[in-house]
Parts: sequence; structure tokens; C-alpha cells
Amino acid sequence: MTHFAKPRLPSAKAGTSKKKTKVITEGLWTKCPVSGEIVFNKDLEANQMVVPKSGYHFPIGCRERIQGMVDAGTFVEFDAQVKSADPLKFVDSAAYPDRIKRYEKESGLAEAVLCGTAKIDGIPVSLAVMDFRFCGGAMGAAVGEKITRAIERAVKLKTPCIVVSSSGGARMQEGIFSLMQMAKTSAALGRLAEARLLFVSILTYPTTGGVTASFATLGDVILAEPGALIGFAGARVIKETTKQTLPAGFQTAEFLLKHGLIDQIVSRLEMKDRLTSLLQAFHSHRYRAHKVPTAVPFPAAVAAD
Amino acid sequence: MERPAYLLEFEKPLRELEKQLEALHQQSLENNIDMSAELAAIEAKIEATRQDIYTHLTPWQRVQVARHPRRPYALDYVAALCTDFQELHGDRQFRDDRALVGGTAFFEGRSVMIIAQQKGRDTKENIIRNFGMPQPEGYRKALRLMKLAEKFGLPVITFIDTPGAYPGVESEARHVSEAIAVNLREMAMLKTPSIAIIVGEGGSGGALGIGVTDRVLIFENAYYSVISPEGCAAILWKDRANAPKAAEALKLNAASLKEFAVVDDVVPEPLGGAHNDPAAAAAALKDLLVRHLGELAQLDTDQLLDARYERYRALGEYREAAAK
Repeated sequence: MTHFAKPRLPSAKAGTSKKKTKVITEGLWTKCPVSGEIVFNKDLEANQMVVPKSGYHFPIGCRERIQGMVDAGTFVEFDAQVKSADPLKFVDSAAYPDRIKRYEKESGLAEAVLCGTAKIDGIPVSLAVMDFRFCGGAMGAAVGEKITRAIERAVKLKTPCIVVSSSGGARMQEGIFSLMQMAKTSAALGRLAEARLLFVSILTYPTTGGVTASFATLGDVILAEPGALIGFAGARVIKETTKQTLPAGFQTAEFLLKHGLIDQIVSRLEMKDRLTSLLQAFHSHRYRAHKVPTAVPFPAAVAAD
Repeated sequence: MERPAYLLEFEKPLRELEKQLEALHQQSLENNIDMSAELAAIEAKIEATRQDIYTHLTPWQRVQVARHPRRPYALDYVAALCTDFQELHGDRQFRDDRALVGGTAFFEGRSVMIIAQQKGRDTKENIIRNFGMPQPEGYRKALRLMKLAEKFGLPVITFIDTPGAYPGVESEARHVSEAIAVNLREMAMLKTPSIAIIVGEGGSGGALGIGVTDRVLIFENAYYSVISPEGCAAILWKDRANAPKAAEALKLNAASLKEFAVVDDVVPEPLGGAHNDPAAAAAALKDLLVRHLGELAQLDTDQLLDARYERYRALGEYREAAAK
């Protein structure tokens, strides 16, 4: 499975690791890597880590993301106590349990996914939101179990299920068990589909490897954030194996919209409104007044061949 | 005597002994001396050495055996165990993928659907078979044939032998990840019995894409892993040369997988690996297939689907501290 370079993210525990997060937290300002625009950190955080003018999406933590996605105060966390074990007694340059402790400390998170229930425009949903800061969002047995439970909770409560992916793929240190999480989560989605409940998959930077080849691409509706890196094999592996040159914009949300994998590219700032539209259409089947998000034109950059 | 080609690195002692044997044999012929006692002694030593090597294989050595160019491939087993294999081509959408084949056949007189990842024996064949690395169309063809099997009540038998799904630009542009993901979900829901057999390489998602079945069997020297030992070594040890270490750490061999309940049974291989006696390997597989197909035939569809769901639901070890 592929592991991509880590995007630079602030720690969930603000100020605990200044050096590693200098792009965001050094001083009071952040520079947009696309437009060069300088933004106040406070303004960036208030804008869900989206640069106001250029629309560039910085990665965002799972809790902050949930805040922007659901009705205020409705999120209830489940399965916070489910954590990674070490079934293979895996040791490379460090023992896996020590790595886990380090991930916990560095990210301020208990696992690479946060699950629970919430309401979006009053409609109850089951939610799983991955976070790249914990072990690159890699899926091990704890992640697989938590996502499976989130899907099963949706079946039990007869609610739609929403999963936000952000993952480098399977967690190698759990070997074959991490591969089996692909089967486990996909089987659970089979039951969700059988119950005719909506599954919305939201792909964010980055969604790759085993996560892409399981629940992330099984959405009834698949949405992606602008510029998100989405793929199965890593660019380096593809180049080495095939000696092919990769087309411009390869494995981006925009590339995959053009090639027919995803339904829409949605700005984080409009995600809640977009989800409301979809939940009303597929789940409650009734229009109820809400802020209807503006239709996003097909990205100009990829519209032409 | 016939000397097997493609001796693996760790089989070197065998090569030395076989050279000795040949030299001695030549000597006996040239000088017309009866050396049958000496010859028999060396032959016995070869057998003992083979026994010794093959009962102490490291995980990495087993990976070498799993990739042996003389190893029986999926269609060799189909030919040995089934009659009247009728290949059904194409995904009905884009093309026919020759790395993943399928069709109807008769096993013990009963019709079954075969889905098989197929490698090539030589360069020419490997170009056709894409070195056993399927593209999205292979997985979509597999799904089409599985649905066909479901419709007509045929059990599905899949043969897994791939280094992985093809990592290429076209493969990505046509969404190999989605093709695999859909198979995982649909195989979990398929209303007909299914058995997967890992015959050589069980390379990650590319293997799992036809591997969500009621029963999973694995040949003794085959492997099944989330990542190749080389890939894992490159990432975690920063050097592909550490593949032997990675193979050990990943616990990707048949015995470990059985212990983890990821596979249900290990198909014993003849001494020296399946390529040393393909007929014996096929016979061992046949026994297990008969038994497992028989057991699955006893279950009604609901029981089958519930057991399959629980099988995958239970896989994965995690800690669960008491909720605060």
C-alpha cells in the first residue's frame, strides 16, 4: 500500500509540537501555497482551514471538521475506547506499540478515526471521520472495527452513514489483519445497502491504498474536497513499475471527477449544505428550506482535454 | 535423472549434490564400474538435504517458492481437477483482461464457476497475462461471472496468484480501487457458496478482490500479505534488501495465516514445493475442495451469508478499554 508525504498539519494539542507544524503555527500568519496570499491563522481556523480568496484547503483535524459539518452540539462520540493492538508483535526500527504511543502523543488523538452520531439539518446520521495526523490515517484493526461499528450503527438506527476518508492506506504493522479490514468494512456496507440506507463517502487529502479500494469508493454518493489526492497505487510505484509518465493533475479530485469516479467536488465551506441537500433527497425525501449550495461548475482546469 | 531447472538460492546444497551424483554416474558409465551403492548414498543424501531445507524454510524462502517460475499456476490446477473448462471472456464494458480469467467447469461432475488469476510461464505469455496483475476489467469480469454463478446456483472457486493489482496510469484512470471495492462488498453478499485458494502470491488488495469467500485455502508455500516484503522493507526499513526481515515481521506464511483464522486450511505441498510434483499438489487440493464444498452445500443461503459476514467481522485484533 502507498504512503504519501505527510501534509503539514497542526497538532490537535495546540502548541505541543511547534517545530513540526511551523507552516501553520509559526507566528500568527500562514502563507497560501497556491496564491502566496498571507492569512491570519485565526481567520484560517475560523474559515475551516480554507484560504478565503484562493480556496486552498489546508488539512483539518477530525473534531474541527465535524464542527463544520453537523448541527452544533449534536455530535456524540462512540467507541473512543477502541484502540490498536499488536497482533503480529511487529518490530522494525521501533516496536509498533511504542509507535502507537508516539502517534497518540503527537496527534493528541486516540486513533486514526473518530466515530459517533450527529444531526445534519436535523437529520440523524452515523459518522466516521478519519484523521491523517494519527499514523497517516492508516487503517488497522481498530480503525476497521470503529468504521464497521459506525456502519452497523447506521443499520441499527436506520440512519444514513457518512465516512470522511483521509488515509495513506492499510497499516502495514498489522499485516494481513489490516488487509482484512477492507473486507470487513465493505461487508458491513453490503448490509447498509441491503437496508437501503444512504452512504456518503467524502474523500479528502489524501485517500489512497486500501482505504480507496474499500469503503471510500463504495459511496452511493462520492464527494471530494478540491485538490484532494486520491488513488490506489502511489505515483512512485506506478512510475517505477510501468516507466510511464504521469499526466498532469493525475490522482487529484479534479482528475477523478473527469474520469467519472466522483459525483462532485465540494468545498469544505459548503459541505454541510451539500450533505443537507443529499440527505433530504435520498433519506427524508422532502425538501425543507435550507441554504442550497451553489452548483459548482466543472473545474475549468480539467474541462478541456 | 531429470534435474529441476531454476534452483533457488537456498537450494544450492542440492545443486552441489546433484552435480556430484551426475559426475559419479558418468564415471561409473565410462569405467563400467558398479557404483550403485555410492550413487544410492548420494541420492539418499539429496533426499535428506531436501527434507532438511524444506522443513526449515524461512518466511522469505517460502516467498521465493511461491514465486517459483515452475510453480503450477491456476489453470494448471483447473486442468488437473476439472473437466470441460469453458472460458468466458470480457467485462462487457471495456476489454478482456487476460490476467484474470474465468468460466464454467465441472468439478467431481458438478458445475462450478472458476475465477482465476493467471501468470505466464515465459516472457511472451507474461506480456499477455500482464505478469498476473489484473486491471480494473479483470475484477469487473470476475464480478460479472460471480453474479452469473449466483443466478444459476453454481459454487464459485477462485484461484489467487498475483503480485497485486496492476499499478498503472490506465488502471487508476479506470478506477481499479473501485473495481476491487465493489467486489469486496458484492462477494460478501453473494448468494452462492464460494471458496478461494491462494496458490502462489496473495498480493494485497489485488488478491482480496477475488478473495472474500466462505472458505479460504492456501498452499503450504504460498503467501498472503497486505504489502510485498520488498515494498514493506522499502518503507519501514528504507531498503528493499531488508525484504527477508519484512517477510518475517509480516507473518505472511500459510501456518501463521491459519493461526490467525484468515485461512481455513493449508494445502500440503510435496517436498521441495508444488512444482516438484504438481499432480500430488493437485490431489491434496482436491481432497480439501471436496470436503469444504460438501460442508458449504449443507448450509442454506441465510446461514451461508451470516457465517460469511461473521467470518470477516471477527478478523482483527484491537484493545477495548472500559468506556469512561
